[in-house]
Amino acid sequence: MNFDPRFAGRNFTSVGTRPIRPDGVDKVTGRARYGADFNMAGQLVGRVLRSPHAHATIRKIDTSKAEKLAGVKAVITAADLPDLTDGDAAMYDILDNCMARKKALYDGHAVAAVAAVDARTARQALKLIEVDYEVLPHVTDVDEAMKHSAPVLNDAIFTEGLEEKPAKPSNVAKRTQYGHGDVHQGFGQADFVVERSFKTEQTHQGYIEPHACVANVSSDGTADLWVCTQGHFVYRQHCAQLLGMEASKLRVTSSEIGGGFGGKTHVWAEPVALALSRKAGRPVKLVMTRDEVFRASGPTSATSIDVRIGARKDGTITAAEATLRYSCGPYAGMWAELGAMTAFACYRLENVKTVGYEVLVNRPKTAAYRAPSAPMAAFAVESAVDELAKEVGMDPVEFRIRNAAREGTRSSYGPVYGPIGIGPTLEAAKNHPHMKAPLGKNQGRGMACGFWFNFGGQTCTDLNIGMDGSVSLAVGTVDVGGSRASLSLVAAEELGIAYEHVKAVVADTSSLGYNDMTDGSRGTFSSSMATISAARNAIKILRERAAQTWDIPVEDVVWEKGHAIAKGEKYGNLAALSLKEIAAKSGTTGGPIAGHSELVADGAGVSFATHICDIEVDPETGATRVLRYTVVQDAGKAVHPTYVEGQYQGGAAQGIGWALNEEYIYGKDGRLQNPGFLDYRIPVCSDLPMIDTQILEIPNPNHPYGVRGVGETSIVPPLAAIANAVSNAAGVRMTHIPMSPPRILAAIEAERGD
Amino acid sequence: MRYIRPLSIEDAVGQLAGAAGPAAILAGGSDLLVRMKGGFVEPELIIDIKAIEGLSEIRETADGFSIGAAVPCAALGENAALNKAWPGVVEAAKLIGSKQVQGRCTITGNLCNASPAADSVPALVAAGARALIAGPSGKRTVPVEAVPTGPGKTSLAKGEIIEAILLDRRAPRSGDAYLRFIPRTEMDIAVVSAGVNLTLDEHGVVKSARVALGAVAATVLLVEEAAEALIGRKLDEAALERLAKVCAGACRPIDDKRGTVEFRRKVAGVLARRAATTAYARAGGK
Repeated sequence: MNFDPRFAGRNFTSVGTRPIRPDGVDKVTGRARYGADFNMAGQLVGRVLRSPHAHATIRKIDTSKAEKLAGVKAVITAADLPDLTDGDAAMYDILDNCMARKKALYDGHAVAAVAAVDARTARQALKLIEVDYEVLPHVTDVDEAMKHSAPVLNDAIFTEGLEEKPAKPSNVAKRTQYGHGDVHQGFGQADFVVERSFKTEQTHQGYIEPHACVANVSSDGTADLWVCTQGHFVYRQHCAQLLGMEASKLRVTSSEIGGGFGGKTHVWAEPVALALSRKAGRPVKLVMTRDEVFRASGPTSATSIDVRIGARKDGTITAAEATLRYSCGPYAGMWAELGAMTAFACYRLENVKTVGYEVLVNRPKTAAYRAPSAPMAAFAVESAVDELAKEVGMDPVEFRIRNAAREGTRSSYGPVYGPIGIGPTLEAAKNHPHMKAPLGKNQGRGMACGFWFNFGGQTCTDLNIGMDGSVSLAVGTVDVGGSRASLSLVAAEELGIAYEHVKAVVADTSSLGYNDMTDGSRGTFSSSMATISAARNAIKILRERAAQTWDIPVEDVVWEKGHAIAKGEKYGNLAALSLKEIAAKSGTTGGPIAGHSELVADGAGVSFATHICDIEVDPETGATRVLRYTVVQDAGKAVHPTYVEGQYQGGAAQGIGWALNEEYIYGKDGRLQNPGFLDYRIPVCSDLPMIDTQILEIPNPNHPYGVRGVGETSIVPPLAAIANAVSNAAGVRMTHIPMSPPRILAAIEAERGD
Repeated sequence: MRYIRPLSIEDAVGQLAGAAGPAAILAGGSDLLVRMKGGFVEPELIIDIKAIEGLSEIRETADGFSIGAAVPCAALGENAALNKAWPGVVEAAKLIGSKQVQGRCTITGNLCNASPAADSVPALVAAGARALIAGPSGKRTVPVEAVPTGPGKTSLAKGEIIEAILLDRRAPRSGDAYLRFIPRTEMDIAVVSAGVNLTLDEHGVVKSARVALGAVAATVLLVEEAAEALIGRKLDEAALERLAKVCAGACRPIDDKRGTVEFRRKVAGVLARRAATTAYARAGGK
């Protein structure tokens, strides 16, 4: 492949405009089909039996009574999903999470499932399954789980990453370390040092659409799966591996997606639905209830973080250190590691050290949540940075500008930065009218920065030109935020035709080569690169057809503004041929015209943001109100600015919920007490102000248009920005997220000495 | 499951009294349907009372107001006379759920659901509202606070249905107010709530008072000592301080997912104080 992904400046025609999205009308009229909107003839209802215990050995499961109930077509347990993972530990964890094998490891862990003719029968059947549990001591708190006295979840886990292999198993799956320089020496040079400990509670992605799928395994062993997912190719790989199928025999079609935010990157119900369908010989639809979504899918880590930062009188940071403990649920993960990598990524530091601990607890398996692990680390670091700026006597924005990373800075996690946006977002924030707006009584302003890596990955795209000159674009990255509109703009831009003539669809797994899932803010970044490549391949063919029509060498044909043009004086009389004209004749000039592309989109540009917010605190009740919120973020190039703004606003909105009220609350019995939207409090419309956005465009050198991913960074600064604002409004440093009214009131009263 | 839609209260009472298995009354359904969907209740008989004559009406009588058991909360907000007389009751009814829910839910249903955190109940208790109950042995009237006996439990006997909520005709110089604390702005359930109802004399001195607290005990509390803190005084700082203290002390809250004991006590006092200030102003006090 000779595709050159390097940034080349150009004047855009389509890119940067704001047309209506192709999926918009169907979504607002209710026609769009989500996970649960698909049905098949003869379809059964699948339901899952879940452990009520946080930690228990499964001695025996008796399904005989359930099997005898009229209308029940299949009952499965772990025995129906034999271990085919062949030593792949990560896949084994996925398998065990889908259906508990020896132990139930959290409240909500699946232990059996049924497929029946209707929901009522399926529910009755679940009640007839007898599970003999031996209840074990459990631990749900991340700090408690690290203690020597804590019950150990998995005897086979010995902390990795230590100099010597430990003698005893523990709940700490791994220790990781990042940084450079000598922090001890750095703290020696500091005039001021701030040291604090922080906690954040576990949150869920809170997607409105629950996990849903329809599985249909044929008696010849091939299968179809309709599913709501962020990555149907990955789901295919995982399901095929767990069920012992060849990947090509399983066709996975992704539905519209009612939110994923990282939570739909993991299989839960899908292998179970396939196993039920295989056993029953009929299609099975499995839709998780909201209760199941909370108890058994998602969530992000709960954390406990210590931060220490030192600075000289002139405001230069001399050393920065953090210890980060992240809960992983009952299986090893790399969540603390991501926290350790991102914690100080915004700053230019000579001496920095971060240590992460992956901690197993009796909670659901941690899944990615929008810039996974970064918001909590940013909360701790940006809170301490704010305090340190105060100690030094500098404005918090000026202090950050002084220490911000720039091109050529060695990042705290290793690589040296190219052109980056942290400095520009800080300057833009400093000059934003929001920064100068007056504040009233009990009101406080806070600001914070955030970083996310972004990801590229494997991508495969097809671009087909119809005989009427319209273009269909088949992409393999699920559209979670308007990418079909953005990719259509890119195709229109590259081909030189109108956006209206391009229609993008998300193709199923049998129609395209493998695509990584839509994660790491890669959807528009990587698929736009593949779309550009595919369009350029199509243009090559269009030029060939024009050359053939004119009977001149193809080298003399250029493509400009949607037309083939014969280059040079000697072709002066040849009228340009439009894409439409060339397409109309394609049947006689060599057949269909298409462009194909498969690539690994390397060089996803790192992303930075600065957020500002104003909060009012009621000092008598601890109630908070978000008065004003501004997001400043680098997009590289905003392909469809409205959907870039949507990503900025969405991340901020989720961050506001996380900062103020969202949390998993476990009882002493280890059971989740708030598995529903009444008591798991995501913000409602009236809780939020209009979230103001400012898009900066610092081109990514590794993308033809300069595009960077934009989806995740926007959730990184909010916890910290809001904590700084609340702390300023309440007059007391808040160190525990969420800052729910009882926590704020308790902090205010403790400060007053009540 | 059987669904019926009787046309008279006598028929409804007869069906309910004669039901062999679990039966449920359906008005707005905003509690019942959620509980059925969650698998918490599985009624064999559902009696929809919305077709019963008069049950969907708010009537103004010589004695005051009669609010039919099937009147949705949104309709309370649209009744000008009721708004003028009992603004605290109306504002409580209009806090339940969301706009959509308020188009269905009823204050009678809110009372019979017997949640300690029910929004309209503290306001009704403060207002001295009564429930008109129809049953197999005729009709009776009880103060609303006598209906819920604990979370999810009521004093209604088998076959009894609340037909209407009755509110007294308003004395001059009266005002009521309701406030609840929720961590969000709407779509939430009270962590603490307070209803205050006052009548003043010609000099702005509190002549009679009723103070009710929600979500701080197994049932809504009518705090007589809190009323005493206000009666015979203008709403001066000392009276308000005393009110807040008494209310905090009267709470018998629990620590749960929605709030701590300490938080509920403190905020109960704060809300009572704020609600009293509003009620006093509505009564014309200065």
